[in-house]
Amino acid sequence: MLDRAPAGTSAKDEAVRRVRFRGAGFVPGSSRFGGWIALALVIAIWQAAGSTGLVNPLFLPPPSAIARAIYQLAISGALWQHLSASLLRIGVGWLLGTAAGVAVGFAIGLSRLARSVGITFISALFPIPKIALLPLLILWLGIGEEPKIATIALGVFFSTAISVYSGVDAVPRNLIRMAQSFNVPFATIVRKVVWPGALPAILAGFRITSSVALLLVVSAEMIGAQYGIGAFVLQAGNLMQTDQLLAGVVILSVFGLIVGKVINWLEIRLLHWR
Amino acid sequence: MDLIANHITHRFGELAVLDDVSFTVGAGEVVAIVGPSGCGKSTLLSILGGLLLPTSGAPELRGSPPADSLNPLTFVFQDFALLPWANVEENVEFPLLHTQLSAVQRRALVDDALRRTGLTDFRKTYPKQLSGGMRQRVGISRALAVRPAILLMDEPLSALDSQTRELLMEDFVRLLADGGMGAVYVTHNLEEAARLADRIVVLSRRPGRIREVVSVPMTRTERGDIAAREKLLALQNQIWSLIRNEAIDAEREVQHA
Repeated sequence: MLDRAPAGTSAKDEAVRRVRFRGAGFVPGSSRFGGWIALALVIAIWQAAGSTGLVNPLFLPPPSAIARAIYQLAISGALWQHLSASLLRIGVGWLLGTAAGVAVGFAIGLSRLARSVGITFISALFPIPKIALLPLLILWLGIGEEPKIATIALGVFFSTAISVYSGVDAVPRNLIRMAQSFNVPFATIVRKVVWPGALPAILAGFRITSSVALLLVVSAEMIGAQYGIGAFVLQAGNLMQTDQLLAGVVILSVFGLIVGKVINWLEIRLLHWR
Repeated sequence: MDLIANHITHRFGELAVLDDVSFTVGAGEVVAIVGPSGCGKSTLLSILGGLLLPTSGAPELRGSPPADSLNPLTFVFQDFALLPWANVEENVEFPLLHTQLSAVQRRALVDDALRRTGLTDFRKTYPKQLSGGMRQRVGISRALAVRPAILLMDEPLSALDSQTRELLMEDFVRLLADGGMGAVYVTHNLEEAARLADRIVVLSRRPGRIREVVSVPMTRTERGDIAAREKLLALQNQIWSLIRNEAIDAEREVQHA
């Protein structure tokens, strides 16, 4: 009889026991409010440390002092003056860099000639810290907005071009073959197959290039600008106005968050099919 | 319109894949291509459909396609090849977008193709929401929309479960019943080949050569009868005996690769 334990087995061997659960793969979930609760907790501890004198407010001003500094900046009009200067540089630089990056990325993804030439140049120039080119760009373009915008555009261009041609490369070849099997013209294949297929990678690239643009605008403004969040943060640091300095940092962080939300919204709108 | 494989030979670098393959698919005829794994069946289909240039020889057409055919040689792919960002209706309309047809004409063709494949109620559904069988129906619907003269089917049922395969096989039998449309049907499944084909081209192991062309001596409608099953089984056994030893060799070769 197969369902009977062999002679000589102990009661322990015959006992029924559950199979131990060993896991269902690493699937970390995230709670909807967990992040916000953690952030509120950190701010509360930070505030308490400042209010009780545990931390010198000169070295780390409490959140309330930073909020006050932002409020004063807003009512004095200085916030808008600095923010508008930075936004203009980021906006124009990002648009120029993105337009050029998308065009070059598509060319590299679709043309053998562009690929062989383009990848070599991008590999050689991409690792250069673009901010190091600012003095040269000032020499070429003069002291004004142009070199700062050009620095941002350069930084954005390389990352965009790389993400676009990687996205084009990742478009399933079977879809392109399918389109060719129906004699669909090249331009329609690019518009209806390659572009939507590459869009996830392109939007992921936008997330990176918006951060690159933010980093470069602050760096460029610290080197040579009268107005802009970077210039404001530098001035505040020089004057030991740490509440003002951190106000600038918070504004940058909020800007980054807003851009992230916009890209999230774009992904939901454009990539709903995923 | 006839499709002719004219002395097709193909190599991938040093690897000889096809060797001097010649046969003709007549108007409205269904020809199945079977053979051991790696014998070049799919390569041959890509060459016949103009998606791959052969090393020598050529695919040729004889005669005119039907006047309303927008794409005489039309593929049905093993992996469906649907645009994931387009819904069913948009996928079926995709090959019509670049034609001279008006929006109303395109709509009529799409409606007809969806009706013939039972997809009318799913026109706004996205591929990811569909089962494998339904996705392949979209692929078939897209192929029908361009009014093909010859369907080029590359193992269209191999990614599907057996029940779905059976249902789609019934669809193929129905679609090909009137003889208005021919097909080249690449498969490793001998039962599918025997159920659907008028003739079965048996290829040798790589480099694929034609070992034999077997005619199926009954109509597709007759093959649905229980009485015909024995004959079909005998036919399958006959083909299997032709390729069995080579299939074993091919499998060992793949494992050693």
